[in-house]
Amino acid sequence: MLAQQLLNGLLLGATYALFALGFTLMFGVLRVVNLTYGFYFTAGAFLALWLTQAGAPLFLALPAAAIASGLIATLLDWLLLTRLRRAGADELASLMVTLGAVLALYAGMTAWLGPDIRRLPPGLIAAGALEAFGLRITLAQILILAACALLVGLLLWLMRGTRLGLAIRAMAERPDTAALMGIATARLAALVSFVSGALAGAGGVLIGLNFNAIHPYMGESMMLRGFVVIVVGGLGNIFGALVAGLLLGIIEVLTAGYISSGLKEAVAFALLVLVLWTRPAGLFGTTLARKA
Amino acid sequence: MLKRRTLAAAALAALLLPMAASAADPVPLGAVEVLTGPTAAYGTAAKAGLDLALEAINGKGVLGGRKLSLTVEDSAGTKDGAINAMRKLIGRDKVVALIGPTLSNEMFAAGPVANARGIPTIGTSTTANGITDIGPFIFRTAMPEADVIPVTMRKAAARGAKTIALMYANDDAFSKSGFEVMQKAAATAGLQIVATESFASKDTDFSAQLTKIKALKPDAIGISALVEPVSGVLLQARQLGFGAETQFVGGNGSNSPKLAAIAGAAAEGMLVGSPWFVAKPDAANQAFVAAFQSKYGKAPDQFAAQAYDTLFILAEAIDRAGEADPAKIRDALTKTEHTGALGPFRFGENRSPAATEGVVVLELHDGAFRIAP
Repeated sequence: MLAQQLLNGLLLGATYALFALGFTLMFGVLRVVNLTYGFYFTAGAFLALWLTQAGAPLFLALPAAAIASGLIATLLDWLLLTRLRRAGADELASLMVTLGAVLALYAGMTAWLGPDIRRLPPGLIAAGALEAFGLRITLAQILILAACALLVGLLLWLMRGTRLGLAIRAMAERPDTAALMGIATARLAALVSFVSGALAGAGGVLIGLNFNAIHPYMGESMMLRGFVVIVVGGLGNIFGALVAGLLLGIIEVLTAGYISSGLKEAVAFALLVLVLWTRPAGLFGTTLARKA
Repeated sequence: MLKRRTLAAAALAALLLPMAASAADPVPLGAVEVLTGPTAAYGTAAKAGLDLALEAINGKGVLGGRKLSLTVEDSAGTKDGAINAMRKLIGRDKVVALIGPTLSNEMFAAGPVANARGIPTIGTSTTANGITDIGPFIFRTAMPEADVIPVTMRKAAARGAKTIALMYANDDAFSKSGFEVMQKAAATAGLQIVATESFASKDTDFSAQLTKIKALKPDAIGISALVEPVSGVLLQARQLGFGAETQFVGGNGSNSPKLAAIAGAAAEGMLVGSPWFVAKPDAANQAFVAAFQSKYGKAPDQFAAQAYDTLFILAEAIDRAGEADPAKIRDALTKTEHTGALGPFRFGENRSPAATEGVVVLELHDGAFRIAP
């Protein structure tokens, strides 16, 4: 049973990490507490729902939904935050603007589509499970693990191994200096918005596929865990988000499995406080919250 | 404007008409239902059931040929609305008995008004605990969950279950009270409870609890929660390899067409108790369903069935009382023996339903509920 519980924790943690990847990128690089992030997650899931209902296979619907979510993210970021950035407003201003915007978006979506839970068409992905050594894992879960590993690898390569990543890191460090050095910061900010929105959208599709529950507020319910993961992992730290996500998932599952299901949140969040108490910048953070 | 003028005309007409003999007057009854607002579906269904019953009863009348006149007032789903509607019906229309209000919250607010004036009042959809504690004039025909779940548990035991694991949402009063009922009912039905696990209503991951339960290999799993988390539990249970050998049992939250819509094939075989079911084969129910279908062009729901039976129960009580007197009607109601769409019905000591023979256990099969074989 311990092995299955560890696998459960790993899978749950992978969904947290998958959700948090784009969030930590947006937070760490753009230095914006952008609460609309959860909406891109919802948007990705709904776009995939409509595409697959129209008959598109998953391998087409998933990238299409991710790209569309990325475009929505770029548009919203430009619409909501350009003025604030130009005026040099502080983080509180962007927090309030995006909070208002995301609540309006969720509520508008609920008014339009209703609060009901929807499912992706059955048979979109094989429902059976692999069984070995007494462990069970479904295809959707394997897909989440693979996507998580692949995306972490890609992002690390992008950030550390390319000139583009160098420019992004330079912008994250000091936007004004980066601009003076000839980096097109506005265009780069739009690109980062696009990538993180696309990551959110892809996460929405895969997690919606696994839990089979798509509804307007699905992004909101992930945001609290998402926050915990990126803060514990260190803001902007992709590898940190992966480790923190997996840890949170495993701790929650083991608490529910061996102590009490009523205590899983209490234990998980008490550990969060403990981590931040001893390492205020997070497990892998170097500077204190990079001013963000 | 028009309404006021009509009212004035009616009042004038009433004055001008010679006083008719009281023995031929219709018996004035009132109903308070939610007809507008977000919960209007329940009140509208109840009104449809009442109107259908009224037609049938007035075919031969009560007390040797007197008709019933039923005034239905809208409460708009609010406590104030329910209180005002009751005051209006009692003061203006001089009703001798009341049906409604639709919601338990409304009954807690408006029930004391009727009870203080000594007007017998029957709730048809008020399932909360403590409704009839309002006073001796408050009755209900709605069956509380505490009466339905034991029937479902007995069914699970009759199908061969010996052990059961219970799961419930611990952040919701409705789910928690349902869980307490399940705990008691399982023990009474002879089921051994091997595990109790909780979750939060908004959770999407139940894998830790289900893995723990799976290791204990219970014959059945009872889930008390609203339909959304119940569906989530079922979907994940199938992922973790729970098959048809495990009997899933739901509370009132699972008695919803949404169960099949969200959980799909994962909900196959789940047992749910219900005070009424449209396809119940007995003659009284089939006659009701056919009459409703031909009058309204659609199938009735539980709320229409409960209201329909309640007006018959009230009419029979008026007959037994011998005259249209509120206190006598109250006493006659306590001696109710009625068989209607809901099955055999009588009131218990506490003026809530005493008989549970009418409860049907449903099983989800191929995406729809059917009577559990």
